[in-house]
This record gives sequence, structure tokens and C-alpha cells, in this order.
Amino acid sequence: MTVVLYRVDERLIHGQVVVGWGAQLEPDRIVVVDDVLAESPWEQELYAVGLPPEMAAEFVAIDDAIERLPDWQRSPERIILLTRDIGSMLELAEAGGLDGVRVNIGGVHHAPGRDPVLRYVFLGDAERDALRRLAARGVEVVARDVPGARGVGLDELVGDG
Amino acid sequence: MSEDAGVRGVVVAHSELATALVEAVSRIAGLEAGVLEPLSNEGLGPDAIKDALAERLGDGGPAIIFTDLREGSCGIAAQRLCVDRPEHVVITGVNLPMLLDFALKRHLPLRDLVERIVDRGRNAVQALPGPE
Repeated sequence: MTVVLYRVDERLIHGQVVVGWGAQLEPDRIVVVDDVLAESPWEQELYAVGLPPEMAAEFVAIDDAIERLPDWQRSPERIILLTRDIGSMLELAEAGGLDGVRVNIGGVHHAPGRDPVLRYVFLGDAERDALRRLAARGVEVVARDVPGARGVGLDELVGDG
Repeated sequence: MSEDAGVRGVVVAHSELATALVEAVSRIAGLEAGVLEPLSNEGLGPDAIKDALAERLGDGGPAIIFTDLREGSCGIAAQRLCVDRPEHVVITGVNLPMLLDFALKRHLPLRDLVERIVDRGRNAVQALPGPE
């Protein structure tokens, strides 16, 4: 099928992704693009152990993901692609892989220097800049934590509206 | 904490579930301060949840982290914290009966308490009337 959801979520594989989006999109595979997790088998097991049997998980470093993204986009599988932060998604976009796609902002949580924008999105200057650069790469940026929630577009997120 | 030698607990869960559960335990069984603390994942990333758990549990002593979904952000953060903490145990699928048992029996040795609590929590799930 293809990549059915590109999502930025610090929590990566968790309830909203598996239960919320999983029930709606029925993915065959969740691909986590993350340099740290790609090198940590025990943490991979933590994230994957609660998945339903029909849903596989894969953990891939960013450089590998850039190489494999075209294959995932043509894959017969339905894939959810997750990154921990906006910057990692931006790396995929700047490698030319995300033109014309929608990226879901699902969870960027509180940290020093970040202000609350939505209940599940906290942004600082670096995150706002990365979101604008994503859009400049042809990505449609929409924040939505769970299916059915109101989608919040780039202008509202970064305060340009 | 005082010189209390019992097992301590933290309930970490989605939204306001942890606060509601701890409040219910307190009203039914009574709780001393600091024995069972709630933590919501609201607005917290994985590392922040882990840090908040570590802050509540301190440096040591036997403790149980109760959480709702094993595969959720709370469950994963709890398991990451406990990797190198042999006196800390994670129990998933938290429900009120297991927390009440914790409140009443928390002076048992940790392993005995955990076994008892998990049984209590499982046995509390019943279909009434049962299957014929």
C-alpha cells in the first residue's frame, strides 16, 4: 500500500499510535526512525512487546531510513512511520523523501525553552523553525493527537496565522 | 518518608486515571502520605515520565510501579527505569482491587506482595453472570 501515516511523537509506539491510529489505519508495520533505538535491542523489545501480532515493528537509523523510504512508499504493506522529534522528520524531508506528504504532529512534550501550544504540543524556537522548514520542503504539517481530534495547521502552531 | 519499612508505590497512567485511583484507595482503605503516589503522563515525554518516577521513588527501597498499558508511554518509561533497579517491580493493567490489596498488605516481602497483587488484580476481572 504505502506509508499511511508520518508522525512525530516523542512517545513513539504507545497507546495513541497502536490503539487510536492503529484501529483506523490498520497498519501492517510500524517503522521507528531513530538513531538511538536502532542501536538498542532491549529498548526495541520494550516498544514492540505490546503490539498486536498482526502489527510488526522495525527500528531504523535515519541514514538507513533515507535510503529505504522510497521502498516503504511503494510497499504493499501499510506502514506508520514515526520519529521522536521534528528534526528527524526534517532530515527525511531534506533528503527529498517527503514532498507532498502530510506529517502528523502527535506529541512534542514539555521541555525547557518550549511553550505550550496545544495540550500535546510544546514548541520552542528550534521546533518552530523546523516546522517551517518542513513546510518549505512541500510537507503539509498538521497536529492531531488522535483520529477524530481537530487538526491544527502550521500557521496556528507556529503563530503565523 | 518516615521510617516506614513497607513497600512504596507509584501509579503512573494516562490522563487523570492515576489520581482517581489513588484517591479511591485513600477513601476506601486509608493511605499514609507518600505510600502510594499518582503520576499522570499528561504533557510529559518519555524521559520526563521516567525522571518523574525516579524522583518519586528516590534512591532505593522496595517499590512497585503500577501502570495501565504495558505498551503505553507510562509502561515503557517504568520498565526503562527498572532495568537496573532490582527492588522495583512494574505491574501493568492496574485496577482498584490490586491497589487496595497493596495498601493493606504492603508490609509483605516484595516478591510475595507482587505475586499476591497480580493474582488479586486478575481475579477481580469477572463476567457476571459467568459463562454457562
